Parts: sequence; structure tokens; C-alpha cells
Amino acid sequence: MSAHADTNAHDDHGHHHKETFVTKYIFSQDHKMIAKQYLITATILGVVAVIISMMMRMQLAWPEEPNVIFEALLGKWAPDGVMDADIYLALVTIHGTLMVFFVLTGGLSGTFSNLLIPLQIGARDMASGFLNMISYWLFFTSSVIMIISLFVEAGPAAAGWTIYPPLSALPMAQGGSGMGMTLWLVSMAIFIASSLLGSLNYIVTVINLRTKGMSMTRLPLTIWAFFVTAIIGVISFPVLLSAALLLIMDRSFGTSFFLSDIFIQGEVLHYQGGSPVLFEHLFWFLGHPEVYIVLLPALGITSEVIATNSRKPIFGYRAMIASILAIAFLSTIVWGHHMFISGMNPFLGSVFTFTTLLIAIPSAVKAFNYITTLWKGNLQMNPAMLFSIGLVSTFITGGLTGIILGDSALDINVHDTYFVVAHFHLVMGISALYGMFAGIYHWYPKMFGRMLNKNLGYVHFWVTAITAYGVFFPMHFIGMAGLPRRYYTNSNFPLFDDLANVNVVITIFAIIGGAFQLVFLWNFFRSMFYGNKAEQNPWKSNTLEWTTPVKHIHGNWPGEIPHVYRWPYDYSKPGHDVDFVPQNIPLKDGEEELQH
Amino acid sequence: MTALLTIIVLVFILVAIWQMVKIFDLAQAKNENSQVATDKDNAMNGYLMMGFLAFIYIITIVSFVKWGDLPLVSNSASEHGPTIDNLMIISMIIIFFVQTVTQFLLHYFAYKYKGEKGKKALFFADNNKLEAIWTIIPVIVLAGLIIYGLNTWINIMGVDESDDPLIVELYAQQFNWKARYGGTDNTLGKANVRLIDIDRANILGLDESDPNAQDDIITTELHLPVGRPVLFKMRSQDVLHSAYMPHFRAQMNCVPGMITQFGFTPTVTTADMRQTPQMQEKIQNINNIRVEKSKKLMAEGEDALERYEFDYLLLCNKICGKSHYNMQMKIVVETQEEYDAWIAEQKEFKNSLVN
Repeated sequence: MSAHADTNAHDDHGHHHKETFVTKYIFSQDHKMIAKQYLITATILGVVAVIISMMMRMQLAWPEEPNVIFEALLGKWAPDGVMDADIYLALVTIHGTLMVFFVLTGGLSGTFSNLLIPLQIGARDMASGFLNMISYWLFFTSSVIMIISLFVEAGPAAAGWTIYPPLSALPMAQGGSGMGMTLWLVSMAIFIASSLLGSLNYIVTVINLRTKGMSMTRLPLTIWAFFVTAIIGVISFPVLLSAALLLIMDRSFGTSFFLSDIFIQGEVLHYQGGSPVLFEHLFWFLGHPEVYIVLLPALGITSEVIATNSRKPIFGYRAMIASILAIAFLSTIVWGHHMFISGMNPFLGSVFTFTTLLIAIPSAVKAFNYITTLWKGNLQMNPAMLFSIGLVSTFITGGLTGIILGDSALDINVHDTYFVVAHFHLVMGISALYGMFAGIYHWYPKMFGRMLNKNLGYVHFWVTAITAYGVFFPMHFIGMAGLPRRYYTNSNFPLFDDLANVNVVITIFAIIGGAFQLVFLWNFFRSMFYGNKAEQNPWKSNTLEWTTPVKHIHGNWPGEIPHVYRWPYDYSKPGHDVDFVPQNIPLKDGEEELQH
Repeated sequence: MTALLTIIVLVFILVAIWQMVKIFDLAQAKNENSQVATDKDNAMNGYLMMGFLAFIYIITIVSFVKWGDLPLVSNSASEHGPTIDNLMIISMIIIFFVQTVTQFLLHYFAYKYKGEKGKKALFFADNNKLEAIWTIIPVIVLAGLIIYGLNTWINIMGVDESDDPLIVELYAQQFNWKARYGGTDNTLGKANVRLIDIDRANILGLDESDPNAQDDIITTELHLPVGRPVLFKMRSQDVLHSAYMPHFRAQMNCVPGMITQFGFTPTVTTADMRQTPQMQEKIQNINNIRVEKSKKLMAEGEDALERYEFDYLLLCNKICGKSHYNMQMKIVVETQEEYDAWIAEQKEFKNSLVN
């Protein structure tokens, strides 16, 4: 299999033929350029999503008070600067959708799978550069449609990112369920097509285009994570697509897949025999694996960054692969834990509790292995390393509360409260975001040929780390006090009056944390042009991407593709003078390749 | 006012960032091309790691002290409540133990093994014994939690029809709740939203020809006799809603087109709950906050807030549209005699119809 690499000689890709601006920067088929396109698109959408969350936080801290920011940004949705209740739900929905799908799925996998798979396995490019280009442009199209939906007359989709029908199906139930929801569904359908094309490409590339000597057990853990993520995506995204299509049929063509016996606004609707619970099943069959589609690439990046910067092999390489596979398998049979109280048979609840809590085992193995990797290391505290350690920290804090939420008996009482919001933001939101930041700080030199400013990186990390805990840690407590999520204001419940000050604390942390992302943006865009020039292998890493020239060329390596002789984690190996031995260095006489 | 304050804060933050960027840029000019961490960076960040560990512990303690009365792990008002609370407390103890230890190890190692030039890391790639240990320990702990949890869950969800529960329908619509009692026969009449006839005031779509429906009673407040098992049958007429009764550790979705159910036995009357020391303290605290708020409101020429008195609540906990945030119903738990007196005052379905 690995012999294929050389037949894929770089002449086919021809860095000889002339490139125009359009083929180089816009309709590029080069995986490195496509990665950058994904990253920049996702960054812009991420900024939109963060601004939205800031508005939500301000509303929650100072409910129904006039705010010039609302007046400026929301226009007619904030008459006299007071936010409208409808638009609050729309903000919740769009924030979730943008973050989960566009930033942390499209942005994270799209950027780093594209950049790293060919570079780290030793391939000239993706298996299909053309499909790769189509995948990006579908992603771009769906992003544009999603942004356009924000400007619809009756408001953008507002049924939550889970778009449960009948709320999402009936325009008379909610303004946002009209044109806004139609655009949301169209955007998501295109997004799913993009994601599937991308995933197929990643899978095929990893299986077929590995260079000579790059056996599956010599793959960097990043590639394992991207590979397994792509497989989960291919298995579960089509189910969401089918749910979206059926919902479109219910909305526009009068079918009754998800609807039955509805009386709304003084009239009985014709729908009969469908069930919203069916939609919940279909949605969460993607929805839960989606969590791991978001998280696994981040964990993969962390594995690589921690090993490199600890100057130590990742501890338990095989156990790490096994736990990725176990998490992937389990992730497809736990979706029901989102539905303990949906009205499904309680026996199913028992089954899903069992499978859900099992996931804690491979997750615990991963966390302990990361900690052990740090033990007796020689830690290089680059910004990427800080974000990776931060990821392990939030992954533990957020993951642990999963033990409560995954337990059906306990879920009865904290389901859909702020406890859930705190849990998933820490374990998948912040963790995945840290993974993405770690990836950006680590591979920026590879992407742009320049270095990010490390001091700004430190400021960015420490403020983000403190504010992220400051936002989401107290949030557990308002959840345990029984405060439901997705409430526009809590002022109608004097019972929760004593929690108002928590909301203010959270919001202040959130505003500071949000504002300090500007440090990152400044660093990110400025360094593209003014950053220090990067060396070829600035972090002294073992993987193949650092054997390519700093200046990007088509086909990645000017000459032959390097062969691989060892696993990627020979850091500080006894018997070597330097503390790293790249994968393309042959074994010395008598040197054993470790039975890792 | 708050808006202005927010903007001022934002502006200050922006200025701070700008200043910091400038300082760092100036500092950068001297030692060029060192965007890779130096020993100094390693040391500084190592110390910060310990600082961050302290921050995590402090915020944990502060959160517990300030907001840790945890009304949802104590003072439950239903028979199954304490079992959920026990399980919750056990899970929390495990969580806090693991959290404290692992965060310590993570951050301490990050501090202890901060990089120095010339130091060499230990080549330590694998150890089956260690990995076996931290696979098996979670397996044992989780097995315990799973067994305990499933037991609790099955006990809660299993409905025992033999102890003659009071049957109550919870009926959800955008954006309010109705309760329907079975009347003297404790049997709910057949109903479907297709039978709703607003002109005849048949607002829940009861089957007018069903003899069981005649004595049904529809109310906008939920009254429950203390100590008697209640079996709720949930219906929704339009979109998904969720009937959330946090004090009773009870929640179930209301799904259009199907009937869902949840049963519990209330154990503490509203009057008794108001008298518990924990609740008294909470009410006092809330009222102090409300008095403060009222002062501000009155200064602006608005009405003062009413004094708060505790009541059990039914909240909607599934996003259902614009007024989701205000979809609530008061629950009153009272003695059997009080309940009998209250229910006797309510109109039966056959008498509530308009011809």
C-alpha cells in the first residue's frame, strides 16, 4: 500500500505549470491552501459566534435593560436597545450552530486534516484535490447561506441548534421557523455534503497514500484521530442529512414524519401519525458522535503537541489508539442519553446509561496518559503546549460532570439546565477550541512560513484559561439550582433572584475573555506578514511535515518523498545525541525499534 | 447605565490590549527570532501553572461557599428525591476527588518538569501495569455508579398502578400549563387536540361523549395531596415542552401526538417547606435582594417588587418559542383535607362547557 506514494510523483501535480491568482488562492486544489481557506473562513465565523455569545451574556446579566450594543447590532430586534425575546433564541441557535458545525467541525477538521494528513503521512496531496476543492467551496457556500439567514425579515432560525420539530417545523409557532429555518436547513444540507466529501477524501488518503515505511502503527496520533473522526463523520452525518430532508418534506410538502395531532393558533393541522421523538433519535445519532468529531481532532493535536514539547514519547501509544477507537465505537451507541426524559421507553434509558458511562473509561485512559507523558519530561512551554495542557485540564473538569449527566436517574433533574451548558462547553467547546489554538500555534510556521509572537500567545492563553474557568465553573452551580437554559431572562422567577449575581460574574469573565481573543486575531493576521521567518523545524519535531521546505510547493517535497523508518515519538531516545529522531532517519546499527 | 459601563469596560480592555501589544513589541526588538520558548519562558509558565492550579481550587471553594447551598441536592419534596440526592452526592464526591488529584498532577508536573537547556527527558513510552491500573480503577468505580444509577432509575420510572395513584394530566401549550384531574372516578376522559372546540370552551379537546370525561376538572394551578402517589400523564397541543418540577426531582417531556408519564409522591407540603430553616434562609436572602432592587426601581419611578414567598413550581424546560422563559405553573402541596376542599370548588368539565 505504502509503495503507492512514489507513483504519485510530484510531476503529476506539476509545480511547473503556470498558476494564476485564481487557481492559487481561490480555486486551489492544493491541500495546504485549502487548509488555510478553511482556517480563515472558520476564524471569521468564530468571531461572529463569539460576538453573539457576548450579547447573550449581556442580556442574561442585565436582563431587559437598554444596551447600545444591542441597538447597534440587532437593529429592529432591539427596540430602544432592549433585546427582543425572539432574537435571544435566535442568537442561542446561531451561536450553537456556528460553533459546533462551522468552527469546530469545518474549521478544525477542515484545517488540520487537510494540512496534516498529506504532510504527516508523506503524500504529495490529498487523494482527490478536486473533491477537496469542491468540499471547501460547499463549506463556503453553506457559511454564506447561514450568514444570509441572519438577515431574514422574520428572523433567523430560533429553535435551538437541535431544531426539534414541531417548533422548527411550524412557521406559526415561531417567527424564526419560516424562511430563517429553511435557509438553516439548506445551509446544513450543503454543509453535510461538504463534510462527507472531506471525510471520504481523508479516509482514502490515509489508507492509500502513506509513504514507504509508514505503517498504521507508525502514524502520528494526529492522523489516527483525523482518520477515525472522518469515519465517524461518514457514518453519522448522512443520518442528520436524512433528518433534515424529512424535516424539509414535513415543512414544505405536507408529510407527517415528525408531526402529529397539532392544534396551534386556533386551528388543527392535518399532520397525523408522525413523532418528534423519531427526529430526536435521528438528530442525536449524529449529534452525539458530533461531539467526538469535534473533540477527537483536538485530542490528536494535543497528543502531538504534548509529546513534542515534553521531549518525550507519548505515553501508551497503542492505548491511545485503542481508546480513540473505543470512543469512536461507543460514540455511535450512546445518543439516547440526550433523550432520557423524551418519553422513550425507560428501559432504553438504562441501556444508554450503561453505554454512556463506559465512555468514561477510554477517556480516563487518555487523560492519565497525557499526565504521564508530562512526568519527567523536559517541558518546552510554547503557547501550543500551554493550550494542550489547558485542554487536558478542561477535558477533565468537563468530562467528569458527564458522569452525572450520563446517569439517567441524575439527568432527570439537571437535564436542560445550565449544568448541561457548563458541562458541554468545557468538555467539547473549550477543549476543542484549545485544541484548535494549539494546532494553530504549533503549525502556523508550516502554514504561513512565519512564527506567531509567543508573548502574545502567552497573554492569550492565560487570560483565556482563567476566563474560561471563570465563565463555566460557576455555571454548574446555577444549573444545580435548577435554572433552565435557553431562558431569555430569569426575572419571572423570584426563586432564582439569588443567582442574578452569578450571572453578572460569569458575564464579566466572558466579556474579558472574548475581548482578549483580539490579541489572538491581531497576532494571527499580523504575523502572516510581519512575523519572524520560520525555520524548517522550529519545534524540533519528528514528524514528516517538518522535512518539507518552509516555502510551500506543489507536491510538498522537492525531491523524493522521504521514507519512514520509525514511529513518530522517538524523543530523548537513549543512544542518540539529540533529543529527537525524525521519522525519516534510518535505525542505527543495533538500534531497536521500540515495541510500542 | 449598564450599557455605558459595559462600553467603558470594553474600551479599557481594548486600550489595555493595545498597550500590552506595544510593550511586547518593544521587548521583542532586542532579542530577535526567539519565538520558541526559552528557559525563562519555561520557568515563568511553570510558575503560572501552579498559580492556575491555585486559581482552580480557589474558584471551586468560592463557588461552593457562595452558591453551594445546592437546593437540588437537599430539601427534596418527593419520596424518590433523597435517593437521587444520595446518588448525586456520591457522584460529586468522586468527581471532586478525581478533579482535585488529577488537576494537581497535571499542573504540578507542568511546573516540576519545566524545560531547561541540557536536561534530557526520560524515555518512557509504555508500561502495561500502569495502564492496566488506570483502566481497571475507572471500570470498578463506574460499575458501582452504573449499578446504583440503574437501580434508582428503574425504581423512579417504574409505575406501580396498584397503590392507586392520583391521575393528573399536565397539558402544555405555548405558553402555559393546565392540569386535568380525573374527578371522582380518578379516570381521565379520552382527549385529542382534534376535538378542541374553543367556542364551547372545550380547550383541551376532551371527548364530550366519553362518560369518564364528564367529571374531569381542568385547573390552572396544580394542587397535590401530600403523601399520595401521583401519576402524571403529559400532553402537548403544539410543540415540545418539558414539565420540570425541580423540587420533586421530576421531569418529563410533553410530546404532541403522544402521552408521556412520570409518577412521584410528594412528601412535604408547601407550608412545611416554607418553614424549613434552609428555605427560610433562602427566602430571606432573596427578599433582601428584592428590597435592594426595589429601591432602585422606585428611584426611577417604578413599582416596587412584591415580597417573595416560596412556592413549588412547574417550569417549561424545552425550548418552545418566544415566551418559553415565562411558562410556569404554581404547584401547591397540601393536606388531604385542604386538597379535598380545593377540588370541590373547581368546576367539572360538563359544567364548564358553553352551549
